[in-house]
Amino acid sequence: MEKKYAVYVCKGCGIAESVDADKVIAAASSHTKVPKDKFKSHDILCGPEGVAMIKADMAGEGVNAITIAACSWRTKSDEFNFPGCVVSRANIRELVAWSQPPQTEETQALAADYLIMGIVRTQKAELPEPGILPDLNDTIMVIGGGVTGLTAALEAAKAGYDVALVEKEAELGGWAAKLYKEAPGQYPYEKLNEPTVFAKIKEAEANPKIKIFKSTSVEKTDGQPGLYDVTLASNGNTEQIKAGSIVLAAGWKPYDATKLSHLGYGLANVVTNVEFEEIAKKGKITRADGKPARKVAFIQCAGSRDAEHLPYCSHFCCSTSLKQARYVREANGDAMAMIFYKDIRTPGQTELFYKNMQNDPGVMLTKAEVKGVAEEGGKLFVHATDTLLGSAIKVEADMVVLATGIVPATAPFQTWWDGMTEAGKKGDAERNKFTEENPRPDGILNLGYKQGPEVPSLEGGFGFVDSNFLCFQYETRRTGIYAAGCVRQPMTINEAAEDATGAAMKAIQVLDHIAKGQAVHPRAWDLTYPDPMMTRCTSCKRCTEECPFGAIDEDAKGTPFYKINRCRRCGTCMGACPERIVSFKDYNVDMIGSMIKSMEVPEEGLRVICLACENDAYPALDTVGVRKKLKLNPAVRFIPVRCLGSTNLVWVADAFSRGVDGLLLLGCKFGEDYQCHFIKGSELASYRFSKVQETLDRLQLEAERCQMMQVGIDDYSKLPDIIEAFVKKIEDDLGPNPFKGF
Amino acid sequence: MAEESILVIGGGISGLTVALEAAEAGHDVTIVERNPYLGGRVAQLNKYFPKLCPPLCGLEINYRRVKENGRAKFYTMSEVEKVSAKDGGFDVGIKVNPRYINDKCVACDACAQACPAERSDDFNFGMSKTKAAYLPFEQAFPQRYVIDGKACKGDCGKACEAACKYGAVDLAMKPETVNVKAAAIVVATGWNPYEIAKADNLGFGKVKNVINNVMMERIAAPNGPTEGRILRPSDGKEARKVAFVQCAGSRDENHLPYCSYICCMASLKQVTYLKEQYPDSTATVFYIDIRTPGRYEKFYWKVRDMEGVTLTKGKVAKVEQAAGDDVTVTLEDVLSGKKVQETFDMVVLASGMESALREKPLQLGIKYTGEGLIIPGSLVPGIYAVGSAKSPVDVTKSVQEATGAALKAIYSLAAGGRR
Repeated sequence: MEKKYAVYVCKGCGIAESVDADKVIAAASSHTKVPKDKFKSHDILCGPEGVAMIKADMAGEGVNAITIAACSWRTKSDEFNFPGCVVSRANIRELVAWSQPPQTEETQALAADYLIMGIVRTQKAELPEPGILPDLNDTIMVIGGGVTGLTAALEAAKAGYDVALVEKEAELGGWAAKLYKEAPGQYPYEKLNEPTVFAKIKEAEANPKIKIFKSTSVEKTDGQPGLYDVTLASNGNTEQIKAGSIVLAAGWKPYDATKLSHLGYGLANVVTNVEFEEIAKKGKITRADGKPARKVAFIQCAGSRDAEHLPYCSHFCCSTSLKQARYVREANGDAMAMIFYKDIRTPGQTELFYKNMQNDPGVMLTKAEVKGVAEEGGKLFVHATDTLLGSAIKVEADMVVLATGIVPATAPFQTWWDGMTEAGKKGDAERNKFTEENPRPDGILNLGYKQGPEVPSLEGGFGFVDSNFLCFQYETRRTGIYAAGCVRQPMTINEAAEDATGAAMKAIQVLDHIAKGQAVHPRAWDLTYPDPMMTRCTSCKRCTEECPFGAIDEDAKGTPFYKINRCRRCGTCMGACPERIVSFKDYNVDMIGSMIKSMEVPEEGLRVICLACENDAYPALDTVGVRKKLKLNPAVRFIPVRCLGSTNLVWVADAFSRGVDGLLLLGCKFGEDYQCHFIKGSELASYRFSKVQETLDRLQLEAERCQMMQVGIDDYSKLPDIIEAFVKKIEDDLGPNPFKGF
Repeated sequence: MAEESILVIGGGISGLTVALEAAEAGHDVTIVERNPYLGGRVAQLNKYFPKLCPPLCGLEINYRRVKENGRAKFYTMSEVEKVSAKDGGFDVGIKVNPRYINDKCVACDACAQACPAERSDDFNFGMSKTKAAYLPFEQAFPQRYVIDGKACKGDCGKACEAACKYGAVDLAMKPETVNVKAAAIVVATGWNPYEIAKADNLGFGKVKNVINNVMMERIAAPNGPTEGRILRPSDGKEARKVAFVQCAGSRDENHLPYCSYICCMASLKQVTYLKEQYPDSTATVFYIDIRTPGRYEKFYWKVRDMEGVTLTKGKVAKVEQAAGDDVTVTLEDVLSGKKVQETFDMVVLASGMESALREKPLQLGIKYTGEGLIIPGSLVPGIYAVGSAKSPVDVTKSVQEATGAALKAIYSLAAGGRR
């Protein structure tokens, strides 16, 4: 499009009291060569008259490239929404009028720089043109035919989508189909329920929108959202299907009870909670010798909450044992159930079921550290300490039920993969040794992704493929693939069904978005996409390695190519590329570089540039302004970046060659509990900066001139001091950039 | 408003999630929120467990989703006044209470500076004051001031109106009723902290320096009444020896019979606030059972193993004033069988969650438990309930339920309305 520029400067909210708007305009005009008659100021730009003025210019003069110097881009977005126009905002309210002393030369220069950078941003941005790939498929593949997978399939089908439901066992239903009864899931949490899964199986089998593949596993998943090519394997035969998105509901396995011999597993009449369901299903609670079990002991956390076994809580075992205690009591009025627990965990209203069971005189509950289960003279005894009944007790039982926990289906492969990766850090020989000694477990998705065949689990997440984001539960690092049920977290049947519905929602949403050429969370509105100039690609592979979402594969020659429907628009590839060939229509290396190069660098006095994460650090800076009582150092120019991962090292050269004295990066916390919503942005920026410091050393520029700091959105009260300290360090210890003026 | 829209009652983390997931799938949504801002209860929290990340971070993303998407409309300071089933959908009357500040507001603070009247700050549970013209909190969305009609005496000659250069103050605003048609309704009304003053023995409201867990969040929050310094209310002394009393009202037939789900993790999280601020501080958690389900166990172990942290199993019998505004807690340690009596700088009651609908239930043919929780089986087609309106849950479960409810609401639309 041919751009018709206009620049608007607001004088409201204390801006006119803080700076001389005419002088700001004069400075910006002379610096950017945008003629002065393209600039207008207004007392209240966001008010009806101000907005009408802009709209009149759009209608009358065809203005379509607008720079607005006013409040932060985070505010008044409805008022300054001009469809069909490129709009940039220069923040001269929060970061100037509200956080600087009024009417000083420095404040004036700051406002002028923000306006100049805003104009450059408008010059370098284009309207988005969505990239929509052809031949999109909108079948949802659900892996796992247990209660989670069945629910996801049914919910997606109800919403009108075709589903391919893949179950590796011969029958649908998973563990839920092996239960005698279900624990109460509804108020008043009194009665046990008949298993609900069979109705779902029937419904799924009768639904023409759901194609069911039993005894089938996924041999290969190639492609990207909307264009998955899946190879299914069943009894030695393979079949190709197409899918648009995937729900990963592969479920769980009981923890291997043979590792629990200290709790008596292996002895007659010591069974797991899963085995006990089978016993109960037969109608009578009997021992191996056929005699009725009158005293049944339940040992909670058998393997769970145990550093030697599963360090997590398996969540549903408490209500499962309470339920099984009811089996014991219902089978035989004289029978007694004894539950030995660390803590009874019946969160929420499941507490009501616990209370019901406590009221049953045939159910004995005690907190205990179970030391062991042993057979003495043909009888079973539970040994425990620290109980409510005494410090050391020994209780006889006809039968012992171990409340074994769960292992997510994703754990075996993930554990192996992590082990191999770890060994690989020590060299190829170590890696080969590892793979020889440890056979590769079966994968579930077997993705044809350069970055590995499964959805990466969380660091320290015990193989669960959970979201790292508490407030965004369906975020995985593989776009279009949504985990649900016990592969994410231990959960009950009801919870798994709810979770499955959520995952189905996300699987539907991604199909809708890619059909419109739109990104998905956390930039769901974004119609742009990375568009690399491949003729200049050197196949260095940094983008393929660094992309947090595995969106970039390599062709046979090793040249990277984008699977754009996997992309989340974080710009990490743009930051990684040494050739600077990756660009978005509205965000690119040249844009930020030009903004950096556009600002006035004084010969006297310091100039510092701060690149700030637009979701966390920048809003925190805005809050500094909103508080009004805090001041930001006037030598610093803040530039919002989409994610620190998009920080390209050329910007460092752009800044220092211009004589800038310091460069500060403000990004999110990284490490195990990382807060970056693009997974690794700040961590990658930090890594890249560690490399740039070597370069700076060679240029005899001190490495301390560049610094990356981890801050949160709630660090507003600390930020002014953090920034002040950085500037002061340059001022006191390093002095001006020696390249200044060159 | 289009006929094919979804009405979400409540703009907290559950309601926002329902609305945004549906909006991002291309559907029109209307949020009705009683507060002057979106974000609900989580906006008041300092950190989320177990990551200890600021809730504002996720809210910032959600606020941006609202702005960028455009399909999720919202009414703040509003409540659903009446609902009737009509033509396979619902006619909904929304009462919009006067904010006395219109959308010309730029959040410049001039009205607050001019305002002579003060009010107790409900966002900080009364631990601070604001002017009658105020911004609920610095990051509030929408970023627009409010005038508290009850606190404004109207005897200052309309100082706020005179101070506002933007024509944003409108003291003549009246409550309005807006009628919308909805094909589906999602109830996401959330929770209030249980009124723990009803438990006489726990001293809340009578014994100085006994606070509840949501107050502790505000005290620890950098935008709270003490700007994040953990100071006890009576004299501003640093609270270095703190007791956390679990199940304050929860798991108690006289109060809330259920477990409030979040309090164990919340107290453990609050122990980390204390330990981070005062490394030599001591924290004692009095509990019945420590409930840290699933992978939360890891967080429990981390806090349990911190120096200066003690966990004692037992139900607190009494909380009393001691000398110098300190607080004495009495209970029986059930494992040792011994009576424990110990004095603290401050006591935090892990008061439970009570359905926000308990006081004023929505009709809609919904059945409730004795504590005002929605019984999901009683919901008629086209109406869904999520989050703590139906059972106490944490943020993760709220988000899971909300995402699923968005889908259910959407296929109510696909069928042309209520099925």
